[in-house]
This record gives sequence, C-alpha cells and structure tokens, in this order.
Amino acid sequence: MLHLNILPIFKKEFRQIRRDRRALGILVFLPAFMLVMVGYALNFDVKHLSVAVFDEDRSSTSREFIEHITQSEYLDLTFVLQSRRDVDPLLETGDATIAFVIPRDFSDNLFAGKEAPVQVVIDGSNSNTGSIALGYVSLAVRDFSSKLLVQWLEKRGRSAEIPVRLEPQLWYNPELKSAKYLVPGLFGLILMIVTVVSTSLSIVKEKELGTMEQLKTSPLWSNEIILGKTIPYLIISIVAATIIICFGWVLFDVTIEGNILLLYVAIVVFLLGGLGQGILISSVANTQQVAFLLSVFSSLLPSFLLSGFIFPIDSMPVLVQIISNIIPVKFFLVIVRSIILKGVGLGAIWEQFLYLILFAGVTIGISTIRLQRELSR
Amino acid sequence: MKAIRELMIKEFLQIRRDRRMLPIILLAPVIQVILLGYAATVDVKNISLVVYDADRSLESRGYLERFTNTGYFTIVGFVEHPRHLNDWLDESRAILAVSIPRRFGTDLGSGRTVTVQVLADGSDANTANISLNYAAQITGGYAQSLLAERLARVGGASVPVVVPETRVWFNPDLRSANFMVPGVVALILMIITTTFAAAAIVREKESGTIEQIMVTPIRPYQFILGKLLPFTIIGFVDVVLVLGVAVNWFGIPLKGSIPLLFGLCGLFLLTTLGLGLFVSTISRTQQQAMMTAQFFIFFPFIFLSGFTFPIDNMPPVIQAITYGIPLRYFITIVRGLFLKGVGLEILWPQALALLVFGLAILSLSVARFQKRLG
Repeated sequence: MLHLNILPIFKKEFRQIRRDRRALGILVFLPAFMLVMVGYALNFDVKHLSVAVFDEDRSSTSREFIEHITQSEYLDLTFVLQSRRDVDPLLETGDATIAFVIPRDFSDNLFAGKEAPVQVVIDGSNSNTGSIALGYVSLAVRDFSSKLLVQWLEKRGRSAEIPVRLEPQLWYNPELKSAKYLVPGLFGLILMIVTVVSTSLSIVKEKELGTMEQLKTSPLWSNEIILGKTIPYLIISIVAATIIICFGWVLFDVTIEGNILLLYVAIVVFLLGGLGQGILISSVANTQQVAFLLSVFSSLLPSFLLSGFIFPIDSMPVLVQIISNIIPVKFFLVIVRSIILKGVGLGAIWEQFLYLILFAGVTIGISTIRLQRELSR
Repeated sequence: MKAIRELMIKEFLQIRRDRRMLPIILLAPVIQVILLGYAATVDVKNISLVVYDADRSLESRGYLERFTNTGYFTIVGFVEHPRHLNDWLDESRAILAVSIPRRFGTDLGSGRTVTVQVLADGSDANTANISLNYAAQITGGYAQSLLAERLARVGGASVPVVVPETRVWFNPDLRSANFMVPGVVALILMIITTTFAAAAIVREKESGTIEQIMVTPIRPYQFILGKLLPFTIIGFVDVVLVLGVAVNWFGIPLKGSIPLLFGLCGLFLLTTLGLGLFVSTISRTQQQAMMTAQFFIFFPFIFLSGFTFPIDNMPPVIQAITYGIPLRYFITIVRGLFLKGVGLEILWPQALALLVFGLAILSLSVARFQKRLG
C-alpha cells in the first residue's frame, strides 16, 4: 500500500466529478431524495378494499352478516346492488375488488342449522391484493360463523366462548410501518446501484474516449489506476449512506438500535463488493452504453427483485433461490435490518458478513486481474 | 429520406461493432424476464415457524398440524423455553413464533378460552402481515371446528355456518406470475430503449463527432429520426422476445388482441425513446445521462408505476405524481390486455395518455436540440 501512488488519479477523478456538478448532486443528494419519496409512497398495506353486495335475502341476518364483514378497516361497503347483473361490470372496471351475492335462502338455512353458502367474487388480477382480500374474507366469514355457533350453544344452555384466541405481537416494528422495513432495504439498493454504475462508467469512459491509452503510458501501475479511480466513489457513497441514515432517522423515525460502527463496517464491506462488481463490468464492456445496461441488469433489477427487499426469497422456486445467493444486497439487507431494527450484534449476522467479504474479495480479485491484463497490453 | 437511411445504417454498424451489444439486446431481456418473472412473487409460502409447545398434548399437536398442513408454514424448530423464541427471531432463523400455553388441551376440554401467543418479525412488514393473517385464519378455522364439534355433541346433526363459495376472476389461481411478468416485461422494454436513446446524442457530443454531423447538410429532425428508428426496431425485436417468454415460458394467458398489444407497445416506445432523447439533450456526458436516466426515470418509474406497490395506498400527493409516469399507463394496459382481455373501449384513456406524453416529450427534445444548434 505504501508504495502505491494513487493520489494523481484520485485527484483527477475527484476534479472530474466536481466539475460535473449534476453528477455529484445526483450521487450525493438524490439517494436521500429517493428515500424520502419512496419511503412515503411505498406501502404494502391493503386496506379499504371496496366491496359490492347483492343481498337477495334482505333479512336481518343477512344485514348482520354484511355489517360484520365490512366493520373492519380492511373491507368497505361501497356498492349495494339491486341485481346480479350489476356485479360483473363493477369488477371489470376495477371499481369493486370483492362482490358478495347472498342467496334468498341464506337466513332460512342458518335458522334451520344448515350450512349457508354465500357467493364471493374476487378480482384476482392483482394477485397480491387478491390473495390478501381472500384472506380477509375468509377470516371475517369464519368469525361470523363462530359467533353463530356460540349463540347456538348458548341457546342450548351451554355457556360457550370462542375456544382459541390469538394474541399477536409484532417485534422490531410494532406498528408494522412499511417505511421501517423499506428504508433499510432502499439503503442497500441505492448504494449498490450508485457504486456499480458510477465505477463501471468511470473506467469504461476512459476506454471509450481513448484516454485509457494515456493512462497506460503513464508511469502508474494498473492497481494504482484502479484504486485511484474507485476510491472517490467509495467516499462519495459513504457520504450518501450517511445522508440516507440521517434522513431515515429524521423523517421516518428509523433509529439505529444496534452498533453504528458495525453498521459502517458493513457498509464499507458492501460498497467494496459494489466497486468490485463495477470494475468487473468495466473489464467486460467497451462502451458506456453496454456498461450501463450491464450495471442495470446486474444490480438495479436483481437488487430490487431478487434480494428479499420486496419479494420473500423463501417463496421463490429453488433454482431462483440458489441464484439469489449471488446478489450481495440479499445479505446486506439481513445485516442492515438486523442492526437497524433488531439491534443485534455480530454474533447473529457473522455469516452474512463473511459472505459480503467473500463477494468483495472475489469480484475485486477477478476484475483486477482482468483489467491488469488489459492495461498492460 | 436518404440521409435518414444513411444515419440508420451508421447507427446499426455502431451497434454491431460493439461485440457485447448484440447479446445484451437479444439475450439479456430474455434472461431477465425469466429470472425476475420467477423472483417477483408475492405468494408467501413456507414461512419459517418456531414453536414453543408447553402443553405437548394431542390437542396442541392437532393445532400445530393445521399450520403445516396448509403449506404456508414450515416448522423449523421447537424450543424448550419461551425465552428462546426471541433468539430465533433475532437471528432471522424464523419469521413467526408460536407459543402454546401449558393447559392448552385441558382448558379447551373444559370450554375455557385459551390464548395462544404469536410473535412475528415485523422487520419485514409485508411477510409479517401476511403470516399473521394466515395464523389468524388457521386459528379461526380451528376455533370454528371445535365449536361445531361441541354443538354436534349437544345434538344437531348439522351446524349453522356460512360457507363462502369463492371465485377469483381474471387470475383464478391468484398466480403472482400472471400479475408480475407483464410488469417485468414493461420494465425491461423501458430500460433498454431509454438507455439507447439517452446515449444517442450525448455520445456524439462526448466523442466530438457531433460537430462533424452538424456540418453535413442533414436536418435536425432527420438526425433524430435516423437515431431513433434503429432503436424502435430494436425495441420491437425485444417486445417480440419478452412477450414470447411471457406467453410461452410462463404460460401467461394473453386474452386481449395481439395487434392492439403491439400497437400500444409502439406508443410506449414513443414515450421511452422520447424520454431518453430528452435526457440526451440535457446532458453533457454519457455518465451524466445514465445517472439522470437511472435516478430520474428508472427508479421513480419502478416504484411509482404500480408495478409492485398499489397506487391506491399511496398518499394523495404521490398519487398525483404517478399520473406523470407513463409506465403507470403502460402497466395498466399490459395487465388489462393480458389478464382481463379488455380492449381499447376500456384502455383508451391510458393509450391517449401515452400518446400525448410521447408526442410532448419528443417534440420538446427536438425543440431543445434545434435550439442548441442555432
């Protein structure tokens, strides 16, 4: 390290970044801005689904049933229909997500102690909303049935209660705020794309403009060139990370439960992996266009979709689960969520740490060898 | 016309000369749609569950079996002390923990209410929410069947319960892929075409060749057409590829009209190319252009288009912003065409929005480009 002369390249790169005000602004402030926008916008909560009801029975029992179903904040009674024919158009336009059709013999069946079928139609085109709606409906219907059963038992002189009750407790994020779990996730995503894109572009740019030849003829070692070109982005990314943490804290009340130092160590290791991936791409690509597309396809989309940020990895097909192991954000996410939300120490997350170190080592190793070969040619 | 053709040939030559470009145009979208189509699943299955069963009775086992029978949960471990449940959640080895009290079986037998504790790891709010919902359904079902048994014991052959006969429309199996893959298709089209267009002018600027082009008798609109037509062709090749994957590989039913789908894809390409071109006119270097495209287009578009996060749940201000995001309209269009099989009679507002947006942004960039020349 001592003999490395990275300062000239380092200075040159910084000067280039500084001259390009917009790029610097994008690198430093935009991540925080994105966090704010996305933190407010993103929300998986499915509430206030609109319900249409066609009640053929029109009895006090059917009214009670409808009231019971729509009393929660999840299902709102928005349409009371006069005809079965009105159901279909409401679902086709998406105005209603759920429709109930209560048949004429509904209350008679229940009074006779029989099963009473109710038709439920759910718009499944959004599979997420659809399955959540399905869950709400079956829960509410079950609840109603249990109440009926309790009434019947009481009528027969048995004092009855609902036999099992669930007492749910949410840990780490008691109000289940989406922001609390999205902010750490976004953190990883944003840092990843900033480092991968900016390093790969900054190196390929020299190739494309032909200035790489000049660097080659300079007395600098290839390692010095690579380090000098990447370290500025490491520093910028750490600054961006700090800004994101501050914004998350001030705006979304995301406090760091664990050790901040450990968090920063994780960030640096993670960023090194991102730099490695960026250099690797730049050793493959010859034009910035290709470098950028490779960066987006290898960092933005997979970090978003394959990392467990939004879609649970356990639910993916086994092969895709195996592939997900090459996405560093997957491991960084566990670390960040663990440190920020759970406040655990290294003991619980050392495996993920080890992986990140391995990823950084392998990518930097391979890409340096490849670039060295190219530079010394 | 000749000038445009010459430019197109130049552009294609440039693409062909870059060895890595062709695989990216042809292979990357296919691989991405396949991989991400599988990954983008919101179905929550195999939720890891850790159990503290203080009762170890026939009843508690029966109750737990209901968790595993559904396929939603996999019991990953039993602990000896409720305290240890914390460790499993801390170390992310389980998402849900169930704690069954000591007198579970006997209390149930004597008709008292038993309280079962469940702890969920809320650091992943979505999965936590869904798993709690499942746990509640399972417990509700268990309670209902216990009550029904009791009622049967005191007489009464059948029991008064409401049975929902549920039908799910448009996507009967609630397959995530049916919902997500059309979205992924839209994303990938956007990324490829916008990137090409974003580099279009700025690349010539960066390498200094723009001056050479300027001194030729070529007119600005010819220049832009010559640049964009090749990208449009590439865009349509990718449309065919990714739609082919969606239909043939994932078996997503394409219920709507195919010509209409292609026509509307064309409208979408108009906006993505227009946006890219606009970025190209306001940037000095490719790095700037790519960063701008990534952070001002890709990022907000992915999050605010309704691709994964329902727009209805966003705060009103952000909902208003989403109207300025063309991807939002296109995603509604592809989903409508694929799953609902609706046509222009329902999708015309979205199609119109894309058209207006595309024309506006294209003319804006042409105007900017001309001004710079003058």
